[in-house]
This record gives sequence, structure tokens and C-alpha cells, in this order.
Amino acid sequence: MIDYLWLLIALPLLGAATLILFGKRIGEPASGWLASTLVLIPFVIAAVLTVPFLNEGEPETVFLFAWIPMVGANASLLWDPLSALMTLIVTGVGSLIHIYSVGYMHGDERYPLFFGYMNLFIASMLTLVLADNFGLMFVGWELVGLSSYLLISFWFTKPSAAAAGKKAFIVNRIGDWGFLVALMLIFAAFGTLDFGVVFGEAHGLLSVGMATAISLLLFVGATGKSAQIPLYIWLPDAMEGPTPVSALIHAATMVTAGVYMIARSAALFELAPVTLAIVATVGALTALLAATIAIGQRDIKRVLAYSTISQLGYMIMAVGLTAFTAGIFHLMTHAFFKALLFLGAGSVIHAMSNEQDMWKMGGLRKYMKITFVTMVIGWLAIGGLFPLSGFWSKDEILGSAFAKGGFFFILWFIGIVTALLTAFYMTRLIILTFFGEQRWDEGAHPHESPPTMTIPLIILAVLSAVAGLFNTPVRLGLEHFLEPSFEAVHQVHPPDGITLWLLALASLVVVIIGIGIAYMRYGRGELPTEEGGYWAAALDGYGVDAFYGAVIVAPGKTITTWLAKVFDPKVIDGAVNGLGYATRSFGSTMRVLQTGWVRSYAAGIVGGALGVVLWLLWQGGAF
Amino acid sequence: MTVTVAWYMVFAAVLFSMGAAGVLLRRNALVMFMSIELMLNSVNLTFIAAGSELGLIEGQVAALFVMVVAAAEVTVGLAILVAVFRRRSSANVDELSELRG
Repeated sequence: MIDYLWLLIALPLLGAATLILFGKRIGEPASGWLASTLVLIPFVIAAVLTVPFLNEGEPETVFLFAWIPMVGANASLLWDPLSALMTLIVTGVGSLIHIYSVGYMHGDERYPLFFGYMNLFIASMLTLVLADNFGLMFVGWELVGLSSYLLISFWFTKPSAAAAGKKAFIVNRIGDWGFLVALMLIFAAFGTLDFGVVFGEAHGLLSVGMATAISLLLFVGATGKSAQIPLYIWLPDAMEGPTPVSALIHAATMVTAGVYMIARSAALFELAPVTLAIVATVGALTALLAATIAIGQRDIKRVLAYSTISQLGYMIMAVGLTAFTAGIFHLMTHAFFKALLFLGAGSVIHAMSNEQDMWKMGGLRKYMKITFVTMVIGWLAIGGLFPLSGFWSKDEILGSAFAKGGFFFILWFIGIVTALLTAFYMTRLIILTFFGEQRWDEGAHPHESPPTMTIPLIILAVLSAVAGLFNTPVRLGLEHFLEPSFEAVHQVHPPDGITLWLLALASLVVVIIGIGIAYMRYGRGELPTEEGGYWAAALDGYGVDAFYGAVIVAPGKTITTWLAKVFDPKVIDGAVNGLGYATRSFGSTMRVLQTGWVRSYAAGIVGGALGVVLWLLWQGGAF
Repeated sequence: MTVTVAWYMVFAAVLFSMGAAGVLLRRNALVMFMSIELMLNSVNLTFIAAGSELGLIEGQVAALFVMVVAAAEVTVGLAILVAVFRRRSSANVDELSELRG
């Protein structure tokens, strides 16, 4: 059965090729269903292949074909509990989003192409997740960047969408640079990119300095893909893409690539305590920063975008604490509830005829009951209310920070504050959207979405509600499941006994306070005017974009303009023109010799011959 | 007074110089060809003289080669000369200077 592992990547890839080349002939909605099926089948295969891991199955490597054997980079897939879990998340959530898109993208001009790109994305992500060496992982890593670019700028006739696609791609390239340099260092140190060798021999072979350099550069890659400080700026703009794209790429899968990569490279990161501290700190700060920005957003999708960055901050913090299981656990629960929230937001936007400003919504609960109920579950799950999934996974991270102690108390505190803010802005979103007065414009006719959209919502809502029970302190299911992948590394665990329950209680109280404040502020009639001062700054994302624009983009533009307008015409063209001029002037000087008189040429020959003879005589010592 | 190989060499050198002077000084293409023949044959003379002195056959072989090449060269040269003369009614090489740079 493991021999069919390659189908996981091949089927979505086949779908992508078919839909991109012949999509127009397949048409709507057949192409959507085809794409969904080609993600659903890999999910079923993955589920069957995961069964052995439930009873102590051994990880397996499937060799497909040699690619660059010299550097240990082959088309060879690793099937262990970690990649199995990631595959299940990618294909499971992915297929639900595909099915949702069948309804959401209805009537789009390039409907089949959209599904082609979506399938390409799934194939890329699975390549990244299943690779058993850094080389193949990098292929997936880059393909994910490409497909996200294609999907974000899918509506490229909108200038803002085209710009957002470019921004995502370019910012990700900065991260990719770090990743690529890290790969070079790994090759320099180990002579191969193979996971088995690298992680197996890291402990004995790597000096602390080298481990720090490699892991820091890998982390640069992770900050790009997983939207951490300072490279998070592409994610909010990426909301220009169709909403299912936001759900797929910017909530459930692509952004998890960085977290997955760090968890996969746990053996390397473990050797570099400095990197780990940096990773955890960056994660915590990102979580806090993004949460404070999310408070001030008016666009429903941008709230969720910043919330994604914030939650990714938690995951990065977790892997930085060496609580790898906790990070992956939060990755999983987040994939469920964030996909749910995005798809719910998409359903709302769909119903409001593409209105995204929450100030022009309100009172929608009467018009779209299923969306409302599922969104409420998503809200409580991300807020971290007992016993929904977010509560368990977030508390495991916070507990780990607390257990590590010392400096990490600060991170725990930041995490708790972020939890408060999360509860606040999510409650704000729900109240502004579904409760209160109807503030929408004339001509909007909110209505419930079709079943292709609501059924994925319901499934995701159920998962968001119960997924936390996979790994409770009472029954560490996920921890046990992932054990083969992390058996070589030393993980931090939340404290035991009464401390654990007190911590859980503390975060629960904090969440209830957050919800309470939001209710007091937005839930009682008049809405506060959120203008000027802090609100304007938060709405603007604290002007980070403008800052980057002034500090990086503007000088870059100045330099390139100088290169194009001055350096190129003067220096490059000057060198080329100068060469031509020199040749011409040399020729016009030398043309005097070409007299046209045969006798002068003859004189030249005779003179030359005479010269040669004299030289020979002189050499021979004749005189 | 015996005739040594040096005499042949001196004689060939004189002939060669006369030929070279002819090529440089005369303007008639036909005379220039004749001068070139003179130079070639003076070289033949040195080959044969040296070959005979050293008892080597190669001197005569080289002379035969030179004669073949000279014959071919004269054929082509005279053909060009005839063509030029038909067009210009003159064999003066100084008038043929259209290829001046």
C-alpha cells in the first residue's frame, strides 16, 4: 500500500495539468468537482496509510527516482507520523475548501483555471511535506510560493490584487534566500541533504556555531513562509485573492510550512539554544503585534489575516520552546478553525455581494443561520474557550512556556495578553457581523450560501469543536502519535498537576474578560466611533508598510533608477560604444597602409623577408 | 680554380636580387612576372647546388615542386593579366590601385 504514496502528489498534479491545459473544455462545475476529487482521493489514501502508525508502525521511505544523488536530493518520500498528520491536514482541509470553492467561484470567468491552480498548490504543499531531503523540500517550498502568487493575483485585473501577488512573492523570496543559504551550509557540513543523515549525525558533527548559523537561516525561511516579524507584511495584502485562497493558503496550509520545517528540523534547532530563544521571542512578539493590529481592522478578512499571523506567532513560539508537539497540535487545530472562519467570512462576503467592511454588516444572524452557528464555533475555538480545540492547543503552548521558566515567563505573559486580545477582536468581529442593527447599504440582499459552501463549514465546525480532544493533558493522543518523529529530540512539556489546571483557569478567565470587554463595547446598541489615534494607526498596521516602503523600497527604487538611467547608458553602453569607436579609429589610422599599389606591397614583403634574414643572422652571431 | 658550391650560392643570390629589384622597380606586369620567375629559379639553383653538395635527393625534389608551383602561378597570373589588358589596354600595375583603403 505504501507503494501508492506517490499518488498523493501525482493526482493533484495531474489535475493541475489537466485543468490548466484543457480546463475550458471541461467547464463549470465539472472542473471543480474533478479538482475536489483529486484532492479527496489522496486524503483517503493518506488516511489508509496512517492506520499503521496507530499501532506502533515504523516510518517508511519511498524511493521514486534519482534526482541529484550527489547531494542526497532524490525524489524520495518520507512517510512518518509528522508528514502523515500534515498530509491529512493539507488534503483534508484542502478538499473541503475545494468543495466550498465549487459554489463560491460560481460564475467566475476563469473557473477551471482557478481549480487548476488550487490543485497545483496542493501538489506543491504535499511535495514540501513528504520530501525526505532538503532538496526536494525546497522544490515544494518554491512551488508553494509560485502557486500562492498565481492564486493571490488570480483577479489580476484589479491592480491591488496584482500588487498583492507580487508582494507576497517578493517577500517570500527574501525568506527563500535564507532557506537556500541554510541548505548550502547543511551540504557543506554533512555532504548531503538527506534528512536521515543530517538529523542522525547532527549531534556529533555540528559545532554550536554552525548549528546556530544553519538554524537561524532556516528560521529566516520560516519567517517568510509563516509570516513572522519582519516578513509578515505580505499576508494581510494576500487577502486580495479569492476567499477560498485565503482559507487554503493563508490559514490552513502554506503558512504552516515554516512551522512544519522547524519541527522537521528539530534535531538541528535543538543544538542551537540561541536560535531557539530568538525563534520563541519572535513568535511571541509577532503574536502580540498582530493581535493589536487585528483589533483595529474594519475589513472582515483583514481581521482574520492578522489573527492568522498572531496564531502563527503562537506556533513559532511553541517550536522555539522545543514544544514541537504543541506547535504541531496548534497548527492542526488552527487549520480547522481558521479555515472555518475564512470560509465563513467568504460566505458572509458572498451574501453581502462582495462587501467586506464590517461596519456595513450587522444583524446577519437571521439571514444566514448555518454560517452564523459555524462562525460562532470558530470564534469560540480560536478564542480558546473550554472545551473547544483552541483552548487545548493554546494552553499547551502557554503551559510549555511557563514550564520552561526564567526568561520564558515573559513569553508566557505575552501569550496570555495575546489570548485576551484574541478573544476581544474575535468577539468584535462576530458582534459587528452577526449582531446589532442592520447597517448594510441599499440593495444588499443577504442570503444563506448554497450547500456546497455550507457543508464544508459544518464539517470544519465539528472538527474545530472536537479536534482539541486529540491531545488533552488527560490523554496525550497526538503526543503519542507523533512520538516516532520526535523521539530523538528533547521536548518541553506543560507542568503537571495543580499548576496546569491553574494555568488553564487563568487563560480561561482572561478569555472571558476579553469577550466581556468586547461585549460591553460593541454589544449594547450604539457602536463606538473608532477613528483617529490608536485606531487609525492599527488600521494602517502601524505604518509598517510605509516604513518598509521608505527604508527598503524607496532606496531600492533610487538605486535601480540610477542603474537604469545613469549606470546603464553611461557605463555599460559607454563601454560597448567605446569598443566600437576604438576599433573604428584604429581602422581609419591603419587604412593609410592600404595604398592599392602592388609594388608597395611587394616592397613590404621584401623588406620583411630581409628583416627576418637579418634577425636570423644576428641571432646566429654573424654580427 | 675549382667551382665550389659557394659560387653557385653567390650566383643565385645575384640572380635573386636582380629578380627582386625587377619586381620592385618595373611597372609592367609582364616584366614583373618574369622577375618573379627569375627569383624562383635562383632559389631552384640553390636547392640543386646544395643537394648535389650534400649528396641528397631532396634538393632536386624541392626544385621540381617549385617548378610545378611556378607553372601554376604563371598560368593564373597570365590569365589575370590578359583579362586586365583587355579591359584597360594597359599592363601598368600602378594604374590598378582601386583597392586603396
